[in-house]
Amino acid sequence: MEHFFNDYTFRTVTLGAATLGAISGALGTFAVLRRQSLLGDAVSHAALPGVGLAFIITGSKAPLILMVGAGLAGWLATVAVLAIIATTRIKYDGALGFVLSVFFGIGLVLLTFIQKFPNASQAGLDSFLFGQAAALVEQDVVTMAVLGGLALVVLVLFWKEFKILSFDPEFANSLVLPVRWLDLGLTTLLVVAIVIGLQTVGVVLMSAMIIAPAAAARQWTDNLGIMVLISMVIGALSGVGGALLSTSTSNLPTGPTIVLCASGVVIVSVIIAPRRGLVWEQIRRTLQARRLRSEAILLDLFELARKHDSLGHPHMEAALKIMHPHASTLRRQLRSLHSKGLISLHSTGAWALTQEGINACEKLLAKRVS
Amino acid sequence: MANAIEVRDLTVAYRESPVLWDIDLDVPSGVLMAVVGPNGAGKTTLIKTILSLIKPAAGQVRIFGQSYRSVASSVGYVPQRGSVDWDFPTSAIDVVLMGLYGRLGWVRRPGRSERAEALAALGQVGIAELAHRQISQLSGGQQQRVFLARALVQDARIYLMDEPLQGVDATTERTIIDILRTLRSLGKTVVVVHHDLQTVSSYFDEVLLLNVRRIASGPVSEVFTEASLRLTYGGRVAIIRDAT
Repeated sequence: MEHFFNDYTFRTVTLGAATLGAISGALGTFAVLRRQSLLGDAVSHAALPGVGLAFIITGSKAPLILMVGAGLAGWLATVAVLAIIATTRIKYDGALGFVLSVFFGIGLVLLTFIQKFPNASQAGLDSFLFGQAAALVEQDVVTMAVLGGLALVVLVLFWKEFKILSFDPEFANSLVLPVRWLDLGLTTLLVVAIVIGLQTVGVVLMSAMIIAPAAAARQWTDNLGIMVLISMVIGALSGVGGALLSTSTSNLPTGPTIVLCASGVVIVSVIIAPRRGLVWEQIRRTLQARRLRSEAILLDLFELARKHDSLGHPHMEAALKIMHPHASTLRRQLRSLHSKGLISLHSTGAWALTQEGINACEKLLAKRVS
Repeated sequence: MANAIEVRDLTVAYRESPVLWDIDLDVPSGVLMAVVGPNGAGKTTLIKTILSLIKPAAGQVRIFGQSYRSVASSVGYVPQRGSVDWDFPTSAIDVVLMGLYGRLGWVRRPGRSERAEALAALGQVGIAELAHRQISQLSGGQQQRVFLARALVQDARIYLMDEPLQGVDATTERTIIDILRTLRSLGKTVVVVHHDLQTVSSYFDEVLLLNVRRIASGPVSEVFTEASLRLTYGGRVAIIRDAT
């Protein structure tokens, strides 16, 4: 195996990717629950002109300067979306799509413009498109960690306010909580989370890092706090996995690789998560169908026996077969009822309800009446 | 008797067309009042405007003679059940605790005494055993009870409820009505958006008949008449009087 990177690169990439994944996982949870996933997409695309302008104005590629530029542009885009909705009849999705493409278009124009600059230091800005983990240096990671850490502190401090804002903003408003400020605050934290990941994941796919870890985490828990934690772990692992893969295998773009890792977790979660997963759902349905079928057989035996002097009067399988044409399952159901002690097999080959079976039938019938 | 809520010359409009037009309304203290009217009559808008969630185009609302902001802690709110996403990852007791967020103040988290209060409120609406159930696993009636419990922990003097009886089972309806009567016996004022004309006289003391304008308001025995109902619903209503 090729030891392509030395310890320093390895450490920087791992820490950087883990930081960005964890922060976007945490804030993404709120974005997904508030149905603002697409806002994340608009913000990340809209950050591109901010990166370009920050470079043109300052001539610097310091991470903090580029992130501030990206953040301001992303933030401006959010304000633009809200202004369009408030003043025109354009709906939310239309406003998002419009703002996203206009800002992204300006960003692409600026990048092309910058490439014609005489000084060489502009190289690398286009890594903001698809991200480049290998380009991360210690200074980047420190900036990401400090900004992200601040965002998490704010999130924890105003936890209950952000929770009620996400679940029932009108009720929060009726408690005279400053809903508009809280909304602005949470959206700003989302912008911070996006900006942190831009250099590594790129503007094109950054929104996936907002959506995917949270969507996967929702499958595993019904508790908001735990969902945030799971989402952070999934985000961090996807970030590390994708960044390392793309760094060790040259020419793999970082953003898409990270996003594919996260998407893999989503797919697995959607399929196998307990209770919410597809497999679980299928098992639940099958079991329920089986239970209903066996209840039906039990009740049929009850109905048949009612026409005789004793509720324990036995009947042949043939009689039941007429009522239940799926012979193969009938045999299986009878055996399972037998093993539960609800029916007994007579020497004649006929089935009869036991006292326990009769009790079960009466309970079932009582439940249907009420 | 002092008025709990006074609405004067209230007009609310979305875009051009008014949703509420020149409403005057007095809600006496300590009564159960039903708000009835056809779809689009502005019932929910009226509740939300009283709660200051919607800014009126004109007119004003006074609660105990003051603005909503200064008496907000004395007002409890039960929104329509459909107004939130019940798949939100949280439990019944957590939703009830939200009723205490206003009192708790910034940054402070609900502690043991708050949890005890929330549990007691869930007990009052008869679903204490479901406290830790994820809210999507509750039936519609149980979800409605959770919302009611959240309002009860607010320990308010006025309660505004938007269709709390909409689509609930008979047991839940009885539980809710019992609670409304308990609230009245404690001297609280309760305003309920209601859709079932048959039960207005048996459940409520006062009624507001609303259809963009105020058609009539006052004691049920005086204003809940066939003539005023016809005015409210545009003559398309048939009232089946109980034969008993």
